[in-house]
Amino acid sequence: MSSMDVTNLTKETIRKLFAVGKRFDGRKLTDIRHFEISAGVSNKAEGSARIKIGKTEVIVGVKLSLGEPYPDSKDKGNLTVSGDLLPLASPRFEQGPPGFSAIELPRLVDRAIRESKMIDLGKLVIDKDKVWTVFLDIYPINDDGNLIDAASLAAVVALSEAKVPELDKDGNIDHDAKPKKKLPLTDEVAPISFSFFKLGNSIVMDPTREEEEACDSRITFGISKKGKQYLINSCQKAGQEIFTQEEIDKIMDLLPKKFDEVNEKLKKFL
Amino acid sequence: MTKETFKRPDGRKLTELRPMIAKAGVVPNADGSAMFAFGNTIAIAAVYGPRLLHPQHMQDPSTAILRCNYDLLSFSVSDRKKPGPNRRAQEISKVTEWALLPVLELKEFPNTVIDVQVYIIQADAGTRTAGINAASMALAHAGVPMRDLVCSVAVGKMDKTLVVDLTKEEEDFEEGEGATDFAVAKVANSDEFTLLQLDGKIEPETVKEITRLATKACKEIYDVQKKALKDLVENGKEDKKK
Repeated sequence: MSSMDVTNLTKETIRKLFAVGKRFDGRKLTDIRHFEISAGVSNKAEGSARIKIGKTEVIVGVKLSLGEPYPDSKDKGNLTVSGDLLPLASPRFEQGPPGFSAIELPRLVDRAIRESKMIDLGKLVIDKDKVWTVFLDIYPINDDGNLIDAASLAAVVALSEAKVPELDKDGNIDHDAKPKKKLPLTDEVAPISFSFFKLGNSIVMDPTREEEEACDSRITFGISKKGKQYLINSCQKAGQEIFTQEEIDKIMDLLPKKFDEVNEKLKKFL
Repeated sequence: MTKETFKRPDGRKLTELRPMIAKAGVVPNADGSAMFAFGNTIAIAAVYGPRLLHPQHMQDPSTAILRCNYDLLSFSVSDRKKPGPNRRAQEISKVTEWALLPVLELKEFPNTVIDVQVYIIQADAGTRTAGINAASMALAHAGVPMRDLVCSVAVGKMDKTLVVDLTKEEEDFEEGEGATDFAVAKVANSDEFTLLQLDGKIEPETVKEITRLATKACKEIYDVQKKALKDLVENGKEDKKK
């Protein structure tokens, strides 16, 4: 299976199936595959998690480093999200400088987390010129579609279990000391990313790689919940096809339901 | 025989390997894949190919080309590693390639490339050796013709004591003559070594002893690798029955 490009014939078949609400794997169009998340998959990381959703697998790890605050946010720690589409994970990924999807993936995860204020960056200041930088690094292990949503779920679990390293008396990280303090998080706020893919007039969620390839456009939302209030923290449309008002309305109606459904499952892993 | 001046922090015997875990078929997209762990060191490997090599001028009409890539995940080590290959990773990629090439029958696939991707998820010394063990299994799983598996282990010298399969803590040992780490890979069922790599200081006689220790350890590794590959074949059959 060294080539995974979707042929016109396959695309047409998928389009026709979607039009009557069907998929190859028997799911309904907005069904999300079963997922399992395990925390603590890499013990040198401050926090880490592995998600398996269908055949898609992603590992996310958190590292903390000492750094300087950005000039425009002196009273806050920093968050840096990066992602690497390892050629390990798919015959489609190649070595070398990142392509667009490798750049987009961490940016979308970053925005959902940053804008939801899940991490209390204000509590990551050590003194005037010294703050913690939180590195959140995303590595797909097997790509079978919907990497952004998968990565965002694993990110939430990795951050929830992340600890702040201890400092020695010179103020450097003491790798031998057992960290006690948890990474400061805002209570109950966990952003989840939902991507909606469009082919013809059909909108599907959590596509397999083949379905994702066949689709013409995507719109991704980062959404969190505060009390009873659902908050969309980020949104990005990709692809050349449009979304109509009707489609947007439909997606907006669906989002809170999907958030509750996935959040309920996610809680098991927090 | 060297004197026993060194007690292992984790209480292992001097020639005792860390608990090994091996599993084949861990990356469904790949043509072959495997994970291999020595204690806290976890490596995964995926094989893609043989597939047509591009650009065309890199093709060799007489054989397939083996291309290995080894790297650490950024969070797998104490101080975050900047993502992307550094010189160390490039070197290990190359020695991994050399460790595996001798067992492969590549002449059957002219103009193609076999990509071996090795990543370390969690590092506690011995990452290249764990990576080679995983890669060797992944190649077998992919069905690339090979005359044997390759097994790999690090043997270290702590002051004057020889120990098998060092942890990071042991690697950082500084007393006496300090620690020397000797990474070895060999063809499982013959006395052919495919990787010999060390920094430090070791006498020639000690090297002889080390390669013999490594040979013994490799037998244990081979059993673990073979069992994991067999398990996959047998479970694979069960899947089909369902």
